[in-house]
Amino acid sequence: MTDPLIDAHAHFYHAESGRGDWERVNAARMRAGDAIGVTYHVVSVLGSYGHTSPTDVSRGNDVMRAMADADRERVRWYVTVNPNHTAHALDEIARGVASGAVGVKLLASRRADDALNDPICALAEEHGLPILHHIWQHRTREWPNQEISDGRDLARLAARHPRVAFILAHLGGGGDWAHTLPAVVDTPNVYPDLSGSGVDRGMIDTALQVLGAQRLLWACDLTMETGLAKLRALEVVGLPEDDLRAVRWGNAARLFPPGTFPRCVAA
Amino acid sequence: MIDCAAFIGPYPFRQLPHPDPDVLVRVLAREGLSGAWVGYLPAPWQRDPVAANESLLAALVPHRSTLHPAPVVRPDWPRWEHMLRDLVEQGSPAIRAYPMHWGMGPHDASMRALALSCGELRVPLVLTVRFEDLRQRSALDVAGDLTAAHIRTLARAGASVRLVVTGAGRELLEETHWSLTPDEQRRVLWDFAWIWGPPEDHFAHLVRTIGAERFVYGTHWPLRLTQNARANLDLLPESLRHAAITDVASLGR
Repeated sequence: MTDPLIDAHAHFYHAESGRGDWERVNAARMRAGDAIGVTYHVVSVLGSYGHTSPTDVSRGNDVMRAMADADRERVRWYVTVNPNHTAHALDEIARGVASGAVGVKLLASRRADDALNDPICALAEEHGLPILHHIWQHRTREWPNQEISDGRDLARLAARHPRVAFILAHLGGGGDWAHTLPAVVDTPNVYPDLSGSGVDRGMIDTALQVLGAQRLLWACDLTMETGLAKLRALEVVGLPEDDLRAVRWGNAARLFPPGTFPRCVAA
Repeated sequence: MIDCAAFIGPYPFRQLPHPDPDVLVRVLAREGLSGAWVGYLPAPWQRDPVAANESLLAALVPHRSTLHPAPVVRPDWPRWEHMLRDLVEQGSPAIRAYPMHWGMGPHDASMRALALSCGELRVPLVLTVRFEDLRQRSALDVAGDLTAAHIRTLARAGASVRLVVTGAGRELLEETHWSLTPDEQRRVLWDFAWIWGPPEDHFAHLVRTIGAERFVYGTHWPLRLTQNARANLDLLPESLRHAAITDVASLGR
């Protein structure tokens, strides 16, 4: 039996996500996950930050919960919140926790160090939930349709909430990953995930060197072939077995609430 | 299977781990590849192609059974026709060109002449769409991605032209492919290192629509993980898992 594997950063779509092929894409994720050997996918459905928000955020969370309930064997879920709507975000977290959410997905409608994120982080801490934040690797300018944050921004938020685990999204997601590593090295509650379409040689080795295996999470986000490539690269860089296990699933099992991944623990 | 998109040498914008020929030979063996067409990574940013080619050819001498030089020919350089002929006679199986880095537009007459000359000599012309993700590109790296207009102009230049385009994504590939006649489409091969796999399944879609035979194997070592191309193949849906891509070893002389 192969070691367990947790994809800590995945997304599902639904009928109101604005794309007609949403079922095919969701099915392709599970097909590829089985081929790779993913034990659990930790998934969110993204809402918008636009004029239909936060209603569409709630709707996405409802759909996400139903999808997770329909595949308890393989799917866990983040409750998505829009920090521009504080009361709604807090209600969604409470509602999500009551129905099985294991983490919080912060929409990138505010910069990571914005004070509006503080009440969300406080409630996440109360429930012992990690927070996944969309991160740009080295923010050098603004980009459309998001208020982008980078490692420095997230490190400031994480320093204010030292008992919350922050998952720094997609180290390989474009941008300068070499900037991110020193930006978060002194903030021990920031955990980069390895997802993203980027497969730069040197990225994994440098991340291991700067942060260590206990700070990294394997994940795919939108490109699972790059996830598989990074998994195979991890297997040939000479990691000790314990470190490889930590990146594959051990760190995720530690950061998410106890009992989230029973098949990993059993293995 | 030959890797059509490997390089040796340093990259101007970030430190690459050991981009050396002996390391490449070991990586190819690990990945089960029989060899590679190898370019010289500093070449696109150097004006004079002569020194770059000399460095490439010298570095590959101890590994010529595995590493096949894909030197650069710059068609606005004096005596480029002689350079091309010499390189081909010395055994180069493919020629590289970087029109974006040389400031050549899509209808540049010298690029067209180069494509035709390569075709006459029965060597493919290798074009590189990009070296890095746009989002992380240095402010000094202003060349921009290769455009569909560049590729289709060369594909239409003549029946003998053979292009190997590396680093394209689905959008550029579709824009180019569907703007060509069936004959012209057959003149262009693509690697799939930058094409998204599941869950979007761009690669599976393209295998279904333009055919597996239009794809060749390229890793983009030492810039990218060599494992990515293999992962893309391994994650094709079951019905496409045995689709046969083209080995660039079958091209040319």
